[in-house]
Amino acid sequence: MAKFRKKKSNSSGAISTASLPDIIFMLLFFFMVTTQMKENSLFVKVTVPQATEVQKMEKKALTSFIYIGKPHQASVYGTEPRIQLNDAFANVSDIAEFVAAERESKNEADRPFITTSLKIDQETRMGIVTDVKQELRKANALKINYSARWVEKI
Amino acid sequence: MARSSPEINAGSMADIAFLLLIFFLVTTTMDVDKGLQRMLPPPVDPTQPLPPPIKERNVLPVLINSQDMLMVKGKPCSIQTLRQQTKDFLTNPNNDPNLSEQPLFSERLSLTESEEKAFKILGDIRVSRGVISLQNDRGTSYNMYIKVQNELAAAISEIRDDLSMQKFGIKFSQLKNEDQLDAIRTAVPMRISEAEPKDVGGK
Repeated sequence: MAKFRKKKSNSSGAISTASLPDIIFMLLFFFMVTTQMKENSLFVKVTVPQATEVQKMEKKALTSFIYIGKPHQASVYGTEPRIQLNDAFANVSDIAEFVAAERESKNEADRPFITTSLKIDQETRMGIVTDVKQELRKANALKINYSARWVEKI
Repeated sequence: MARSSPEINAGSMADIAFLLLIFFLVTTTMDVDKGLQRMLPPPVDPTQPLPPPIKERNVLPVLINSQDMLMVKGKPCSIQTLRQQTKDFLTNPNNDPNLSEQPLFSERLSLTESEEKAFKILGDIRVSRGVISLQNDRGTSYNMYIKVQNELAAAISEIRDDLSMQKFGIKFSQLKNEDQLDAIRTAVPMRISEAEPKDVGGK
């Protein structure tokens, strides 16, 4: 009888935490790899409109962004919607140069796939958007993407 | 000589790692850029001859004014009915002479290479000649413009879904075969032409 009785093990022993750092490091590396730091800070307020038919952008590395919206610092820059390219305010006439520079910075084989993503505030009027589109046409940057938030139903 | 401890205490390692982890958790943005993808028309070349005019019945003019009001084929319209109207125009189920022409593949005089392919895969189906002409005012709000673009895209994707269901039994968005995808895209093309905007309503 006593032969089969299990020895009461000392169950109150602490769980070993020796592998905890490894687990945390694994998580850390996951986030380090997936993280991308915000490339440029926005000077304009952009709330993109909602849409149901959105598609995912295929190649983020081949995308250049144009932001249009009201400036954050209304007291300095006014309330009129402005264009932001890279890290500065720009005029419609600067777009051709911007597109050329973006194209130059990409690999020659990838140049036909360059997309221009238009991140435009939903309250903007179409006038400035049209000017930008005409400028993009002239610069031959024809692939565009109207950035939008996906919703189930409008 | 004092005995130096052979191991560094690794107990605080987890804390350091946690700190780094939380930093990356906070700074991470995993947003995928999404949106409506469109191709702009190439710049107009004045030396090229103008393309042949399109028959009036094959054009669906969609106008948006500076008050964000819609007009489709000369009649005021609301955003809720735009999708159905576009679908009716493109599919023309009752062969209405005012809506777009629907020639069969075999009835057409010439087919392009991709149309030949679609013909082989889908068989002899009716393909709309319809073109949607979208024109906005400079005072139209961007929100309204995207709504209209979205409705037009939704109409086309519904027609594609219907055709795909009928031919392959699954929705267009779930199709995997590239040839089938191309065939449907050719049979239901997204033809949205944007006219030069007007400036009627001022700013």
